[in-house]
Amino acid sequence: MSDQTSTSVAFVAKDTIPPSPPPGRETGIVKWLRENLFSNIPNSILTIVSLYVIFIVLKNTMPWIVNGVWTTSSLSQCREVLNGETGACFSVLTERWNQLLYGFKYPVDQYWRPNLALLLMIVAAAPVLFFDLPRKLLLFTAVYPFLAYWLIWGGSVYVPLIALLGFVAATVVFQTFGKGSFAIGFFGAIVAAFVVWMVGGALIPETASENALLSPVPSRDLGGFMLNLMLGATCVSLSLPIGIVLALGRQSDMPLIKWVCVIFIEFVRGVPLITLLFVASVMLSYFFPPESSVDLFLRVVIMITMFASAYIAEVIRGGLAALPKGQYEAADSIGLAYPQAMRLIILPQALKISIPGIVNVAVGLFKDTTLVSVISMFDLVGMIRGPILASTEWNGVYWELLGFAALLFFIVCYGISQYSQWLERRLATDHR
Amino acid sequence: MTILTDPPKESFRLSMLIYDTRYRSLTFQAITAAVLALCIWYLGNNLIQNLRAAGLNIAFDFLGDPSGYDINQRLVEYDSQSTHARAALVGLLNTVLVAFLACVTATVFGVIAGVLRLSNNWLVSKLMAAYVEIFRNIPVLIWIIIIFTIMTAVLPGPRAFRGDDPASSMLFGSFAFTNRGIYTPMPWFESGFFASASLNWLVVLAGLVVSWIVSRRITAWATAKQEATGVRPKTMLPVLAVWLVPFLVLMLVMGLTWEIPALKGFNFQGGIKIGGPLIALWFALSIYTGAFIAENVRAGIQAISKGQTEAAAALGLRPRRVMNLVVLPQALRVIIPPLISQYLNITKNSSLAIAVGYADITATLGGITLNQTGRAIESVLLLMLFYLTASLLISFGMNLYNASVKLKER
Repeated sequence: MSDQTSTSVAFVAKDTIPPSPPPGRETGIVKWLRENLFSNIPNSILTIVSLYVIFIVLKNTMPWIVNGVWTTSSLSQCREVLNGETGACFSVLTERWNQLLYGFKYPVDQYWRPNLALLLMIVAAAPVLFFDLPRKLLLFTAVYPFLAYWLIWGGSVYVPLIALLGFVAATVVFQTFGKGSFAIGFFGAIVAAFVVWMVGGALIPETASENALLSPVPSRDLGGFMLNLMLGATCVSLSLPIGIVLALGRQSDMPLIKWVCVIFIEFVRGVPLITLLFVASVMLSYFFPPESSVDLFLRVVIMITMFASAYIAEVIRGGLAALPKGQYEAADSIGLAYPQAMRLIILPQALKISIPGIVNVAVGLFKDTTLVSVISMFDLVGMIRGPILASTEWNGVYWELLGFAALLFFIVCYGISQYSQWLERRLATDHR
Repeated sequence: MTILTDPPKESFRLSMLIYDTRYRSLTFQAITAAVLALCIWYLGNNLIQNLRAAGLNIAFDFLGDPSGYDINQRLVEYDSQSTHARAALVGLLNTVLVAFLACVTATVFGVIAGVLRLSNNWLVSKLMAAYVEIFRNIPVLIWIIIIFTIMTAVLPGPRAFRGDDPASSMLFGSFAFTNRGIYTPMPWFESGFFASASLNWLVVLAGLVVSWIVSRRITAWATAKQEATGVRPKTMLPVLAVWLVPFLVLMLVMGLTWEIPALKGFNFQGGIKIGGPLIALWFALSIYTGAFIAENVRAGIQAISKGQTEAAAALGLRPRRVMNLVVLPQALRVIIPPLISQYLNITKNSSLAIAVGYADITATLGGITLNQTGRAIESVLLLMLFYLTASLLISFGMNLYNASVKLKER
């Protein structure tokens, strides 16, 4: 049989022919270009227009950045150095670097204090942001706000210490009595904290702030990007628990509590932040006791926290509503009381759903801290528009300064949103 | 045989206020009410004491006093002898103006960027992603200041237009871009039916409304015919005629002419002046909010499952019809709720006008009036009241629209 085949057929291919390479226009970079940039005529036009736009932007900005001058001490010197050529005058950034970051009043020899506070904030925030880190680090996170307060404002160490002791006492009381009844533990904790603060406040010696380890810095001396960071971090972390309480209150069956929360949330969300800042700057002091003087920083923190907590409450309410009803019923059916059900079943899931929304609110809030420049606080934008652009040396250096401010905000906000996306992927436990 | 007995009647004990779920909520609400009342009493008491110490009272009669300041950008008659209430009205209209303009342009920017971001052109989608990320992550206040600076520091002054060989010239000989604002030609009627310009414009508006009604009729007739016979009559030309012919006839009869701005003295005269602050605020708000709307639009289109597109294609619809009849109506449902909150954001962010000196209600009532009269509490309260009302109205109106496009269920 095989013999017959080998004799009667003239040619049999012994091996397969290797595939010929695809035509040049269907491989590598050419194919990619054809598919992604020039697939049809409208697409090609779009590509060319985009390339032109990019070219125009680069043509106008690159010489300006590359020729930038970094080491002069005024705009007129910059112009001399540039000698008519296009170029940025980045020396305003180097010369006014400290003012941009710390404001113009913070004592220069004390800059290490906010620097250290920022460094420690990264350490304190790390265990909250990354779950793989040892949980023991959370202890430092709990202590951090008091430490940061002491570092930045200075003055007597007793003030933050006693505030901290009040919270410690409250925690201890809650841990001891909270097991039996949530209400007793909760109200007991509040009473304990107040007792510690009252007694401690009376015990602080009058002269404590005079011979303090760190010299006191009044809050009106805070400024620059530091002020933006401080307002952002403080208000977001304060508004998170308040937002949770408001969201739970809005879901409550008790009409009074529900309506108080609804009115608060809808009122705050209906007005612009700037009107709330006006309240802080001109109106809020009327509501404090006549002899007290609450400084502007604290008033602004109160109003921004109110603002942010209303928005966070709405985000968390969305998370609570997105949870299947079976979760609530399951928690009820295994006999958990309301605080337990919330703490163990509902909130962990609802908060996980709300993370992207919460991060959005946080980014928005951080951007909105620039609004304090309108009520004449010297944050980054306030510093640029106020003391720096008004000075004789730097009058007219708009783009370098505004570009720097924009860059700083972009880095922080883009970083936060990238973190949020990472966290979302990390927490995605549903199988899709 | 079953015997039903009433549950044993328990007498009320004090501890039931905490341990019995029937009474517990009442207890909590009573505590809340007490704490709330205490807070209000405390704050109110402080307020009364502080006001008494400062010799102030709460009264709104300052609104009737002459304001004593000028406002450049205004939609209604106003001078420095007008009352504070009138100044607030001017500011209110300015807020409405800039919010409306910014809502329209932000939607246009957002839809274009959102659709282009889904383009299969790699470069274009990356460019749009860059636009969205850059504008979303930088505060709107900085954008407003940047664009205002472009307006004032980059555009030429009116003097650059002077002379035989001027440094700058007007676009098409009729648009002047100066650092004080943009001057455009103003249309007006030589032989209008009425002496007042606004009445003439009302006539034009009425004409357009009639055209709209007639064109709706034509479309309805075409649909009825299509349903009866299966063939849709061509309606494009009649509809176009219904829109254009009456409009052009009206313009001709009333003698439309353009008043072109011209350089007189130190400044341009005539035409419509759009002030620099208004443009800065308008453009900054549109381009900033446009980035957010782009994300909403993208999310809305991506939310429509691929099966819908494929099913429409399987029915034999052309790509354009797939988009118009299948994808967009569904995507709209996803897009509209976030769009409402973006419009609310624009309205609230328009209060940043105060940073560039645009006379919106925050700058008039909450700025100059407040500083001149010292009536902080009253001004801020009125300001909040206005924004609350505006927010509620916008969300009410948009929710009506949302209800009309929403999926009709059961």
